[in-house]
Amino acid sequence: MFAETFGIEEAQVAGLKYQAIEQWDSVGHMTLVAAIEDAFEIEMDTDDIIDMSSFEKAQEIVAKYGVAF
Amino acid sequence: MLFGIDTYGLQLAIIADDGRRLTYAELAELVQEKAKSLQRGVLQFCMCRNTVESIVEYLACLEAGAPVVLLDATKDAETIENLRQIYRPGETRCHADLAVCLTTSGSTGSPKLVRLTLKNILANAESIAEYLRIDNNERPITMLPMYYSYGLSIINSHLLKGATILLTDKTYAQREFWNFLRTYEATSMSGVPYTWEMLRRLRFMRMDLPSVKTMTQAGGKLNADIALEYIRWAKTQNKQFIVMYGQTEATARMSYLPWESAEEKSASIGIAIPRGTFSLAEDGELIYEGANVSMGYAECAEDLLKGDENHGVLHTGDMARVDEDGFYYIVGRKKRFVKVWGNRCNLDQIEQLVKPITTSCACAGVDDHITVFVTQEGLEKEIKNLLSAKTGLNPIAFAVKVIAAIPVKESGKIDYQLLQTWI
Repeated sequence: MFAETFGIEEAQVAGLKYQAIEQWDSVGHMTLVAAIEDAFEIEMDTDDIIDMSSFEKAQEIVAKYGVAF
Repeated sequence: MLFGIDTYGLQLAIIADDGRRLTYAELAELVQEKAKSLQRGVLQFCMCRNTVESIVEYLACLEAGAPVVLLDATKDAETIENLRQIYRPGETRCHADLAVCLTTSGSTGSPKLVRLTLKNILANAESIAEYLRIDNNERPITMLPMYYSYGLSIINSHLLKGATILLTDKTYAQREFWNFLRTYEATSMSGVPYTWEMLRRLRFMRMDLPSVKTMTQAGGKLNADIALEYIRWAKTQNKQFIVMYGQTEATARMSYLPWESAEEKSASIGIAIPRGTFSLAEDGELIYEGANVSMGYAECAEDLLKGDENHGVLHTGDMARVDEDGFYYIVGRKKRFVKVWGNRCNLDQIEQLVKPITTSCACAGVDDHITVFVTQEGLEKEIKNLLSAKTGLNPIAFAVKVIAAIPVKESGKIDYQLLQTWI
């Protein structure tokens, strides 16, 4: 999902952080949030959205909503 | 000094997100020191971030009478080098009235600049400070870049009144932004339509932000339902949500929707700012007159010697109507452009950018989304990367669609109306 939203290779996703690539700016961030919410049918809290500052953090947050990988 | 910054003494001018604080006296001293190194009448480039250094450099240029082009410091090196070659900062002599040049909303990579005078900047700052009732207790948090006319207008109108600017490049998608806003008790926030749409998704209206009293919106048309939702919510919170309208060609602002009428007229861009006037041309184009109308454009170094070509009158390119109470409504656009996250993008220019990849292309778009139609498969990634690099916009702004042929009208011209329905 990260790879698709930002148009990057899957190998680049691990360890990826906010603003580490041009595509992950505030616009990319909110697009990513929308993609995650749609795919897992969840609605994230504000705190979780603004804490989602890396790929690993995103996994952690999404897991809280009962999504298993 | 300009904006009277040397008269506010120990009042705080800036609190930066690294914790640095600067009084107006300190700011004035830094500006005067920096101004000594600048030569009157000779063009400067200022690579802007929302930092103390950028603000000092900008003000020093104004103080020294050195015309300054405000540019995005994060822009790619090739674009900046291209601009250097066209405008030759450090050498080019300019018209005596020229003070600031802004890019025409920064997008499409076009080197076209808007030429502004000190009088333009001051007139607009004064009008804005008046209708927003800005005083020295205000603490705006920067949510827009200062090379963008709307972002710059916030800095100018608040410096003019001795307010304290909370300076940051962080975005609403980051926790640091919200911590900064809360710690230093920001009183106002600002955003283009996209910002307010995203803040809504962030459940902004459920956040507890007691210090924030004013929210402003400009840089394009916010969806009418969302605008009304914000206006109604603001009313219950004892806050204000102010819808505004402007263009870089008018320094920044041309109109605002007075808060008393916000709910009733939520689809309107409101009334002209103090000392400005609107009228409609015969074809319905919105015409603005005021002391904030720029001198004109520049497309090469020689143009920087030109004087005032607009004479205080701006043909906005927007089609409008006016209601019986004198409130104006934008109903369409005369030219082919869309606003993407507040940046004006000329669809014909976007098309020209794609031409080197494939000449068989045409662009259509709605605000916040541009569609490139091509007839050849497999070019999507290349086109998106190119457009993103040239415009500085996130590639998410662009879609590439493959069609059998670019539709043309009997005249042989591209049928954009039809393309618009295929988006």
